[in-house]
Amino acid sequence: MAGIAAWGAYAPRLRLSRKAVTEANAWVAPNLKAKGKGERSMANWDEDALTMAVEAARDALGPDDDRSHIDSLYFASTTAPFADRLNAGIVSAALTLEKSIAASDVTGSQRCGLTALGQALAAGGTALVAVGEHRKARAVSAQELDFGDGAAAFVVTDDPGAAELLGRGSVTDDFVDHFRGDDGGFDYYWEERWIRDEGVVKLVPPAIRKALEIAGLSPSDIDHFCFPSTFAGMAATLAKAVGIRPEAVRDNLAAVMGEAGCAHGPIMFAHALEDAKKDEVILVAQFGQGAEALVFRATGAGHGPARGVTGSLADRQEETNYLKFLTFNGLVEWDKGMRAEKDNKTALTTLYRNEDMILGLVGGRCRETGVVQFPRTRISVAPNNPAVDTQEPYRFAERKALVLSYSADYLTFSMAPPNHYGMIVFEGGGRIMMDITDVAPGDVETGLPVRMVFRIKEVDEKRGFVRYFWKAAPDRAAIASQTAQAAE
Amino acid sequence: MPQGIRDKVAILGMGCSKFGERWDAGPDDLMVEAYLEAMQDAGVEPTQLDAAWFSTHIDEIGSGKGGTPLSIALRLPNIAVTRVENFCASGSEAFRGAVYAVAAGAADIALAVGVEKLKDTGYGGLPVANPGTLNPQVMPNGSAPGNFAQLASAYRAKHGVSKDDLKRAIAHVSVKSHANGAKNPKAHLRKPITAEQALNAPMIAEPLGLFDCCGVSDGAAAAIVTTPEIARSLGKHDLVTVKALQLSVSNGYESQYNGWDGSHFHTARVAAGKAYKEAGIERPREQISMMEVHDCFSITELVTMEDLFISPEGQGWRDVLDGFYDADGGVPCQIDGGLKCFGHPIGASGLRMLYEMYLQLQGRAGERQLSNPVFGMTHNLGGAPASNVCSVAIIGQEGA
Repeated sequence: MAGIAAWGAYAPRLRLSRKAVTEANAWVAPNLKAKGKGERSMANWDEDALTMAVEAARDALGPDDDRSHIDSLYFASTTAPFADRLNAGIVSAALTLEKSIAASDVTGSQRCGLTALGQALAAGGTALVAVGEHRKARAVSAQELDFGDGAAAFVVTDDPGAAELLGRGSVTDDFVDHFRGDDGGFDYYWEERWIRDEGVVKLVPPAIRKALEIAGLSPSDIDHFCFPSTFAGMAATLAKAVGIRPEAVRDNLAAVMGEAGCAHGPIMFAHALEDAKKDEVILVAQFGQGAEALVFRATGAGHGPARGVTGSLADRQEETNYLKFLTFNGLVEWDKGMRAEKDNKTALTTLYRNEDMILGLVGGRCRETGVVQFPRTRISVAPNNPAVDTQEPYRFAERKALVLSYSADYLTFSMAPPNHYGMIVFEGGGRIMMDITDVAPGDVETGLPVRMVFRIKEVDEKRGFVRYFWKAAPDRAAIASQTAQAAE
Repeated sequence: MPQGIRDKVAILGMGCSKFGERWDAGPDDLMVEAYLEAMQDAGVEPTQLDAAWFSTHIDEIGSGKGGTPLSIALRLPNIAVTRVENFCASGSEAFRGAVYAVAAGAADIALAVGVEKLKDTGYGGLPVANPGTLNPQVMPNGSAPGNFAQLASAYRAKHGVSKDDLKRAIAHVSVKSHANGAKNPKAHLRKPITAEQALNAPMIAEPLGLFDCCGVSDGAAAAIVTTPEIARSLGKHDLVTVKALQLSVSNGYESQYNGWDGSHFHTARVAAGKAYKEAGIERPREQISMMEVHDCFSITELVTMEDLFISPEGQGWRDVLDGFYDADGGVPCQIDGGLKCFGHPIGASGLRMLYEMYLQLQGRAGERQLSNPVFGMTHNLGGAPASNVCSVAIIGQEGA
């Protein structure tokens, strides 16, 4: 039976202190003080649902350049950057998947992440399911404290792999607990008690029971119960209602990352896979115009992700500047200065002609000299050997790299000044002048190990277009390893 | 190697507008200001001009494209006017065009004029450029100081120089230029600064503070060139002649091939080597009397001292701190105040640098005059360190 061959997860490095938010808003919303504990994940200005999904997918796929085994892709999100452009197409290009794959965007409900996973498992073949969510909420709302940003990804195969699918249950019912119109910036919610008592409590159990029935299991067989909810104790209430052992209810990560919408069920599932022992049963369910429930048995086989949920959450930077959060999320109209006035119109012809270079970070390697370069050009850059038409595609995204030169620029427009950028040199050859992200002044120095991350390059606010490219981010694992070696 | 340009062309006259925040003037006014001085200096009439070269970089801000902005502003007699643009070396390119035309015999007397009206952009610093359709999708959203500042990190790493030592050295570069510029009535910035001011100034692009960056100014400069024979026939003596003109342009080696260490300008070394050969100079540290180099940023000037083979590699920062490039040092640099005090109206800068070397060689530099200069060198860099154009020009006493 089909199963999960590999999985990965991603949480942005920034974690917004809830206390910083509630203190800033205490003058107008003292009632929110009760929610002032812990922290929530906060996308950097250059991260969105799509970039986070790409990072989770890379975590699942590993550093191997050959991704030809993937024959279909599902990108799930309710906060995808494009309403009419195949978001999965951008994910596919970033991951340099084959052009021959089938790809689809799955959206429209908080359960769409699990829906995509269920559909991929049912369809057969080797599929990549990438789920990302960058949740938007009004300032001074309960949601901005409850929500979080994040992503998870799974490689689904016809073989059981690391976890075998045992059953799936779905319920579809137009229960509108909240909604967001196609031009709406924020969710509109109905009364919490109604959502909980008439919605979650009544619509989720049938999906779980159906999944268990197909699996031939009873609720007490479940070792890991993953159910995201912003209602305190909701998973425990459901467990009790269904007959799942209380100790099977998993931490919903609300204290450390908040609730990442449609990605949260998948994130909790990825987290459970990291902990599950051989033959343990994992049930993951999520609510949204009905519910989706999937039951798996961990096989104990396969390798986990490099970072996963645990690694991603361990890589954190506390953010106490609530204004920065508001600014990154477009909730403050601020004076960006004259340098932000430049037109960021994207030439779609140029983008398409250079698609593998821009979205996939693919350069060239000379067949004759082996010289690696970015970008790929007809005449090789190798001094004294300007060979013509000898270059084959060469992928840079998974290569280790170092900073050769850098600056922190306070003059140019940046959403997070100073703008760091520099010449990045790659192990195995090649160099790219590129932006450096996820850093603060003092973090960058010549020789700093970096890794490539897929990020928003610029936003064309006039036309609503998002431009993506790769950036260098400190390779904190490599830095830690260097520090450990130096200490010995 | 080609025969070269040495002593084939003489400078008949030069002119330079007052640089600064010229709220009173448009690019045409600035061109006329420089042109009239050059024409008076040369002692020729417009009808004696055979051709002109016009340099301006940012044509969107006033001067416009093509050759007509110059021809119309100066009311030239329908002669050939060619607009050239090669980043910050544009002014040197205009000079090169005029000199080559004379050397080729295609023109007896040729004019070069460069102008830029930066203060009509509204920006402090260079305006945001339009770099085409591909670069903005890939390249960082950087600025000129951010691009050039990277030299500092790579220079420190390569030569083991501490952050503090390098910051002190680049501060001295600016202190020296301000001291010189204070003596120049045509300079934009005319106040001396202290090392403390330079060291403690607000950061623009790490490690470059406000005083590590050249000013943003309006200005124009002009040159009229001819053959030494014609110059003599017009009654000119003690001629200043062109010894070398070299231009080296990046071919992607620095930005795409892992051979460049980021601490220097590859093209500057190529251009300087060729220029010395063309001019017959074998020991530049002893033979070059004075220089105007492209000090867009203090770190640029510092590494340039090594790229022009004046300071030994890795030792430029020590020479700077020792005062070797001060007005009373071994090779005075930026006698007129440099880009630091003149600002950098891009199309004009190369010609402005030649103007100072020309005045010095003619003994007409007033309070700034150096004793008996023989060779004056100018140097321009355009683009960014990883992808640039570099021009090197040497002028000097005829026959030297």
